[in-house]
Amino acid sequence: MLAAAVAPGGADFSNDTWWLWVIKAVVIIVFLLTSVLFAIWFERKVVARMQVRPGPNVHGPFGLLQSLADAMKLLFKEDMTVTAADKIVYVVAPMIAVFCSLLTFAVIPLGPSVNLFGHETPLQLTDFPVAVLYILACASVGVYGIVLGGWASNSTYPLLGSVRSTAQVISYELAMGLSLVSVFLLAGSMSTSQIVSSQHTIWWVLPLLPAFVIYVISMVGETNRLPFDLPEAEGELVSGYMTEYSSMKFAWFFLAEYINMLNVSAVATTLFLGGWRAPWPISAINDGMFNTGWWPVLWFLVKLWAVMFFFVWVRGSVLRFRYDQFMNIGWKRLIPAALVWVVLVALVQGLRTFWHIDRTALFVVAGVLGLFVVVSLLIPEKKKPVAPPPAGPQVFDPFAGGYPVPPMPGQVLPPSPRAQRRADAALVGSTTSEVPDTTTTEPEVHGG
Amino acid sequence: MSAVVHAALAGGTQTSGAEEALFWVLAPVMVLAAFGLLFARKAVHAALSLIVVMISLAFMYVAQGAVFLGVVQVVVYTGAIMMLFLFVLMLVGVGSSDSLVETIRGQRWAGWLAGLGLAAVLAGVLGTALYPDPVGLDEANAPTNPEGVARVIFSQHVFAMEVVGALLVTAALGALVLTHRRRLTPKRGQRELADLRVEGGHHLAPLPAPGVYARHNAMDVPALDPYGDPIESSVPRVLRVRGQEADAAEYAARIDRVLAGRSAKGDATNPPPAADPAGQPVNAPDIADAVAGVDLEGDGK
Repeated sequence: MLAAAVAPGGADFSNDTWWLWVIKAVVIIVFLLTSVLFAIWFERKVVARMQVRPGPNVHGPFGLLQSLADAMKLLFKEDMTVTAADKIVYVVAPMIAVFCSLLTFAVIPLGPSVNLFGHETPLQLTDFPVAVLYILACASVGVYGIVLGGWASNSTYPLLGSVRSTAQVISYELAMGLSLVSVFLLAGSMSTSQIVSSQHTIWWVLPLLPAFVIYVISMVGETNRLPFDLPEAEGELVSGYMTEYSSMKFAWFFLAEYINMLNVSAVATTLFLGGWRAPWPISAINDGMFNTGWWPVLWFLVKLWAVMFFFVWVRGSVLRFRYDQFMNIGWKRLIPAALVWVVLVALVQGLRTFWHIDRTALFVVAGVLGLFVVVSLLIPEKKKPVAPPPAGPQVFDPFAGGYPVPPMPGQVLPPSPRAQRRADAALVGSTTSEVPDTTTTEPEVHGG
Repeated sequence: MSAVVHAALAGGTQTSGAEEALFWVLAPVMVLAAFGLLFARKAVHAALSLIVVMISLAFMYVAQGAVFLGVVQVVVYTGAIMMLFLFVLMLVGVGSSDSLVETIRGQRWAGWLAGLGLAAVLAGVLGTALYPDPVGLDEANAPTNPEGVARVIFSQHVFAMEVVGALLVTAALGALVLTHRRRLTPKRGQRELADLRVEGGHHLAPLPAPGVYARHNAMDVPALDPYGDPIESSVPRVLRVRGQEADAAEYAARIDRVLAGRSAKGDATNPPPAADPAGQPVNAPDIADAVAGVDLEGDGK
């Protein structure tokens, strides 16, 4: 009923039967679970290569079975329940996290229509006019798992982790939602399949680059990954909201975190990177042959794992933010930038739609504005006269500002007392021709 | 009452079998969760029940063709507003539950009366109201539900929309103004705090951990400095204030005794360490027993 409401351009689900739904749902679950196993191996391997070490390489070819072994270990560990915990919430919290993370892929288009057991059906479980909002809704409910898990543990560090997580999600969901609005404006729809088909000529990452940058930053914040992993910062909060969890309950949180990474990567792929569409030189081959049939699944997976690689790359290279810096970025940089960008995009779309100003005129205006900005950057600023450094040797204060400091350029070290003693000793030795007794020299006073 | 609503749903031409099934699954869940909201002792449990009701309500909206409303219900109410509520409630802590002491006289009776009155009114209205077949859903949702909602909001109700927008902006500004505070002193950042610490001559490094160089690493045993003297500041201040600090001199003496080749446990003239008489008993005597049980000297006693 809902699928029929999707306007032309979207996926057509009218030929789907109930067993096709079951097959698609099972395939999505299996895909997600195996992808998580692969993602853990992938992350460990890539981070290891970045840190010049081999990474997991014992179990299976290239160490591929390492995460399977880890999962087995987690399964067989003792499943502890904290005595002072709020039992029901404590048990339900990991379930909320993992169930909500499994929901997102239902509306992600993995490919166009294919022939499956004699039925023409899109490679997507379902789609409806507000599919992207549905993804945001699933993400925001999934956070309850983290928040409640931290609260129900009845322990300080988990509570701090979950409080941080609440604040983090509320702040970064705003920026994320605003960055998606410009895609809705250009695509004219919130349905994922229609957004993919609207990227027929150009992927939205190019015209909407600022929105993409904002989305990428906020997606890292949303998934609690480095450099924004403050809810589980191991240096400050042991492991945050999951400190008191063990065995399968811990594994579920772990699973949810990695599935969420896959989710936001899939959303970035679908909304900004053309979804299942082949990249440009390939898409032109043989009249778009690679955009039909089962080929698009390959392009989708390649893009998905490219975004996942970005996640790992960021983790391997950027340090964790301090909490106040993190909040400042969210509220004082990302949200205003996203708001300004949405207004700009809405303005341009309004001009095009209601005043029928064609694209060339807009490009000319944008070019003139850009040229103006570039020229204004080229005009040299009036330089403030720099005070000349005081001439001559200056007095060196070894504890300037309270810390022991080395001499600045131009400062001269005071004469060393040792040199003076050595000179004296040499003088005495030359006059009395005795070997100077070094053991009798005064012990030097080291600082403190 | 749900039977009445069900009859209303079933009377319409729009109700399909799937929608009916969904209703009969969700309705008991919602009623139970609503009772949970009323009777939960802990504030967080009440909030959770409310979340369950809200999400079930969103499912109902979607089933009735209001897809946009259903999803926005989850994003805005469940995802943002309830999260803010929970943020405050969480800080209360797990262990505490609401006090059931009546603070306003007769409040409970008044509450019961008002509730019964509301129930009577609702039952009367729902029981006697007529439910004609719903019409126009397909026209309203053409071409899609969000577009239909947008068309209604931004054409028929655009003035009300703008008024609400202005109200919300005013409220946000008011919140900013009311919580704004002029800074009277310059802001102290990380650097200024570090400078202050150096200038104040405080201990710059972390305090020594209890039990360092001592033979016990319990929280109440002071660390020993390289000369064997106890460091007071290594024991947490709370324990020191409560008088639960173990006797450092005794622990130092034990080390001397062990070094001299005798048992660590004190004899009659040198009893095991005792806490301040005003404070709680410390676990030091147990430690002494445990230490005596372990054959430290290695002479098989």
